[in-house]
Amino acid sequence: MANIKISANKLDELKAVCKSFNNEKGELINVLHKAQGIFGYLPAEVQEVIAKELNVSVAHVYGVVSFYSFFTMLPKGEHPVSICLGTACYVRGAEKVIDEFKRLLNINVGETTPDGKFSLACLRCVGACGLAPVVLVGEKVYGRVAPDGVKDIVAEYAK
Amino acid sequence: MSKFKMHILVCGGTGCHASESDMLLDNLKTIVSDKGLDGEVQVIATGCFGFCEKGPIVKIMPDNTFYTQVTPADAREIIEEHIVKGRKVTRLLYVDPENKETIADSKHMGFYKKQLRIALRNCGFIDPENIDEYIARDGYEALAKCLTEMTPQQVIEEMKKSGLRGRGGGGFSAGLKWEITSKSVSDEKYVVCNADEGDPGAFMDRSILEGDPHSVIEAMAICGYCIGAAFGLVYIRAEYPLAIDRLKIAIKQAREYGLLGSDILGTGFNFDIELRYGAGAFVCGEETALIHSMEGLRGEPTVKPPFPSVSGYYGKPTNVNNVETFANVPVIINQGAEWFASIGTEKSKGTKVFALAGKINNVGLIEVPMGTTLREVIYEIGGGIKDGKKFKAVQTGGPSGGCLTEKHLDTPIDYDNLVASGSMMGSGGMIVMDEDDCMVSMAKFYLDFTVEESCGKCAPCRIGNKRLYEILDKLTQGKGTREDIDSLRNLSHVIKDTALCGLGQTSPNPVLSTMDNFMEEYLEHVHDKKCRSGQCKALLQYIIEPENCVGCTACARNCPVNAISGERKGVHIIDQATCIKCGACLEKCKFNAVFIK
Amino acid sequence: METIKLTIDNKAIEVAKGTTILKAAREAGIHIPTLCYLHLHDLNIENKPAGCRICVVEVEGRRNLAPACVTECTEGMVVNTHNIKVLNARKTVLELILSDHPTDCLICAKNGNCELQTMAQEFGIRKLHYEGEQSHYREDTSPAIIRDVDKCIMCRRCEMMCNEVQTVGVLSAVNRGFMSVVAPAFEMNLDHSVCTYCGQCVAVCPTGALTEVDHTNSVIRALADPTKTVVVQTAPAVRAALGEEFGMEAGTLVTGKLAAALRRLGFNYVFDTDFAADLTIMEEGTELLDRLTRHLNGDKNVPLPILTSCCPGWVNFFEHQFPDMMDIPSTARSPQQMFGAIAKTYFAEKIGINRENMVVVSIMPCLAKKYECQRDEFATNGNPDVDFSISTRELAHLIKQSNIDFNALPDEDFDNPLGESTGAAVIFGTTGGVIEAAVRTAYEVHTGKKLAKVDFEELRGMDYIRKATIDFDGLPINIGIAHGLGNARKLLQDIKDGKSEFHAIEIMACPGGCIGGGGQPLHHGDSSVIKARQKAIYVEDAGKTIRKSHENPYIVKLYEEFLGKPLSEKSHHLLHTHYFDKSNETFIE
Repeated sequence: MANIKISANKLDELKAVCKSFNNEKGELINVLHKAQGIFGYLPAEVQEVIAKELNVSVAHVYGVVSFYSFFTMLPKGEHPVSICLGTACYVRGAEKVIDEFKRLLNINVGETTPDGKFSLACLRCVGACGLAPVVLVGEKVYGRVAPDGVKDIVAEYAK
Repeated sequence: MSKFKMHILVCGGTGCHASESDMLLDNLKTIVSDKGLDGEVQVIATGCFGFCEKGPIVKIMPDNTFYTQVTPADAREIIEEHIVKGRKVTRLLYVDPENKETIADSKHMGFYKKQLRIALRNCGFIDPENIDEYIARDGYEALAKCLTEMTPQQVIEEMKKSGLRGRGGGGFSAGLKWEITSKSVSDEKYVVCNADEGDPGAFMDRSILEGDPHSVIEAMAICGYCIGAAFGLVYIRAEYPLAIDRLKIAIKQAREYGLLGSDILGTGFNFDIELRYGAGAFVCGEETALIHSMEGLRGEPTVKPPFPSVSGYYGKPTNVNNVETFANVPVIINQGAEWFASIGTEKSKGTKVFALAGKINNVGLIEVPMGTTLREVIYEIGGGIKDGKKFKAVQTGGPSGGCLTEKHLDTPIDYDNLVASGSMMGSGGMIVMDEDDCMVSMAKFYLDFTVEESCGKCAPCRIGNKRLYEILDKLTQGKGTREDIDSLRNLSHVIKDTALCGLGQTSPNPVLSTMDNFMEEYLEHVHDKKCRSGQCKALLQYIIEPENCVGCTACARNCPVNAISGERKGVHIIDQATCIKCGACLEKCKFNAVFIK
Repeated sequence: METIKLTIDNKAIEVAKGTTILKAAREAGIHIPTLCYLHLHDLNIENKPAGCRICVVEVEGRRNLAPACVTECTEGMVVNTHNIKVLNARKTVLELILSDHPTDCLICAKNGNCELQTMAQEFGIRKLHYEGEQSHYREDTSPAIIRDVDKCIMCRRCEMMCNEVQTVGVLSAVNRGFMSVVAPAFEMNLDHSVCTYCGQCVAVCPTGALTEVDHTNSVIRALADPTKTVVVQTAPAVRAALGEEFGMEAGTLVTGKLAAALRRLGFNYVFDTDFAADLTIMEEGTELLDRLTRHLNGDKNVPLPILTSCCPGWVNFFEHQFPDMMDIPSTARSPQQMFGAIAKTYFAEKIGINRENMVVVSIMPCLAKKYECQRDEFATNGNPDVDFSISTRELAHLIKQSNIDFNALPDEDFDNPLGESTGAAVIFGTTGGVIEAAVRTAYEVHTGKKLAKVDFEELRGMDYIRKATIDFDGLPINIGIAHGLGNARKLLQDIKDGKSEFHAIEIMACPGGCIGGGGQPLHHGDSSVIKARQKAIYVEDAGKTIRKSHENPYIVKLYEEFLGKPLSEKSHHLLHTHYFDKSNETFIE
């Protein structure tokens, strides 16, 4: 396949993932999860390789990738910020927290800052409703986040 | 649990985990070792205690002392005072908000008093990563009983007699579903556990999987025995890493103990379980969509019939139940259908787990007998409305449900009463709203969710919900008309009548139920351009009180859109058409002349 | 057979178990409107995602309305197809679909031929009550097909055609919710995909979301240019379908009127692709015999079976999907391209003009032909052998635009020399026709005997994969036929796995062959239309005086005067081609 931007060892890793699922097309979603684990996102080249390995059309792979919100074709920031928009967080003011992040980082939800440091996303209920509103930076959970606490969170990672 | 004198149980649920309960756990373990108490005191991480509001939770057994909001730094004091000297750390005990008394024993806390824990029976009691602890609490006894003493049909009869209904939302009889699947003729059948908990604000399934994964595994094996399946699949949200880990560990342990795999307990019965991951699509909670997703396809639902019980995973008969439903099964087998059926109301047996959230004092996971009233849940268990505000409504059933109001407070909660009240059980989310919540905005919030989560396959859901959302948005912007109200109603009914799957058919419920219960708020938004809760920013008016205005010009100078006019030392006026409601004037006015209407 | 009794609109009816409400209603003469549903009965093609929700009906005792297309009848069911609840629901759903659809009907390519437009008209929609944001996507223009996806209503017919019937796999539903739409991978353009341009997606699209690239203006410009000699060729399947565009019954043959219309449009020479079809048989038939003989003589370098190569959609398909098998298909060019090559050499010489001053236009039932004539290998010094290829539908527009009263036209003949053809050429238009034509010639050439009967019924029909053994005077020749690329794939896979026992296989990309081509008048889901066209093709064949390609006197003359003999060097140069491995073409821009 021409024009591949994937490094050879990552390509091998990806093919090995497909093989570990017996190149079974029913395992597409499992393969995509692993692939996103390897690459951080699912660029077109990766989807092409997966399509070929699982013997399905690229359109099918893309159809699946674009259906599920967990999969992304855009690289995330070094510190992906996710704000829970579950109902509990919503009624406790998550929207204002999002607005503050958008203002401070100067990006919209779904975008990454030009320096690649932060990306902003919303997610549905992480199940920490007792801590609403909840913000995740990477794996770390911040509970009871108020709009004026946002700058401290950003400062923690901005170094 | 016999060899230890004392057990320190630390909540390892996601909520407490997020508040550094893992560090707390480490500290406790280290200090126990330092003190040479390893042989006497056991420190374990358990599943969710439910009382997330006050997390991280630490419980000391056997005296049942319940510590709340414990930080890693508190570890030393707990060990040195409570464990070594037997003196409770009073400052970490729960304080009753009513009479300000400290309560040491969780049994006496309002939050737990009215609860009855069947599905959550082991959550917070056992180490979910240790199969022995599950077995010590009668674990896998039900499976053994089924395999050795009962025929599949007898188990199904027992299930039917228990009256257990699907806890995922539909409320279909679990026993009947098993029976239909068992009667479908096929060389291969599947048991599927739906752990794609997508209802925003509901997290009971995750808590069960994190706190008691074996109960689900055991139930799936029992189901497999009944319907004639040798293979089970758990479809679980990828967003639940902790639950996934615990489930994997549990499956591994069950295999090691011969409780999964071939020839289980020497009975010749084979059953094994694999995991399939969701990828962020609410619609995959719908069983046909879930099955398509497990097959590596877009999670689009298909028309039923055929039901999965007849044609499911790769066209084979497939029994789909959700986590909470399965968690009830071993108890029903052990304690008997009659015992289970004695709990609850006439048509809704047993208990239901609710995720209590929103404007309520005690946010958390609760389990109550069917038939408990909303009042008991909100005021006794939930500890009332936060900050002494006034109760307005509670949303049950998430985006598919509706809201219940003051007049429903004394309605016993069960499947049928909720439907009769214009809502539904759903998976058990319960979001409490107070006077500060705008019901039009609430409906808009849920429609925003549905629009985002619609799969796009059928036109009424794909376009209709978008239009519903747009009309609601118009209302919250103060641009609504009387015709919009009629449109909302007609559109809602048509979507209910014509959408393909359960997600679409129920998506207008939040609109219809808020319209039924809070029509006056809708009309206020339309006619008076007013939002009584003040939540709809576009409907706020910043007004300058002439009495208080001294004409300092601070507001006018700080207005980013030059909406404020007035002479120096003269009264200033805000042009409402230009105002963007940023609030800068309010912030800058030192004379309390600016207020919001 | 187990039957079920039910009531639809107070009419008691009895149907076989498993019948849907839609089918039961239609059997009872009750028309329930549908939009996404598509059932090409004779071709075994069905699309019923139950997505549009237009066909909803009320079933007594059911809490919501039932989609008639997928709901099976049950005993004692009481169905109401048009009470006020149903009508309101249907109308509201249609208004919703229209609220996310451009309303540029007057200038839409599908104006007057759009199922959505017709429905809006039938439902009496005069106002949209639910206006709001419309979904927008990038328009995609490829060499043959335009995707104006703003007009997609997610009926999924194209997706079903592309994946289940054709197994090409270019189209898939992508995104979710309001932004969901059918598109190629990464929502790239079709020319970055493995699209074969078979046009079956266009053939089933109910709206203007998928249409052909319109070349009629280029044709008009060429006709108006006094320096150009404009030559037209028309494919066999066109004459069996064009009449439908003028209100004639499906299966009406309009060969004479077609020639007359083309002449009135101003074409200088009105020729027939059928002539080139006869030429194809000469080349491909000879190649078949040559390969067969060498193979039977033990030359293992000569692979069998030989596959026909006149279908450009099919050629695109194997270039993308089976590049390791490019030595299997015949090297013969398609009739369209053979015609162009001969017109711009032999015929141009004959009338004494340069190829640059000749414009060759083809009228085709096909959209892949548009792509084919743009392929680099079919041009000399940048001048293509065939300049423009327009579809049957485009020709109909051209005739209407030029205010020609088609129905009143007299029957006229094609011009000579490139307008003379045999019955063998006519049947190129249907599945099974090319191979039957080849057999008629190959048999006589191989055996040296005259065929007693030229009709090979065993090669005819609509079954998607057909097999027959023809006795070549003691030598049994195994013949396979597949139409629809999904069926072609099966035969190809067999060859790959070494399981194929065929000597020759005919493949047509479109279900039914060219009569069901992507450029034909829209069948709107009625497969009897395709059957009627097939019947017409065989009628035309039976009525011809000459029915074997090698007996076409102008073909004989062409070889005598110009080409020498089949597979001669000149033939190779002008009438044969080679294929390209396109499997490595990446989709990344």
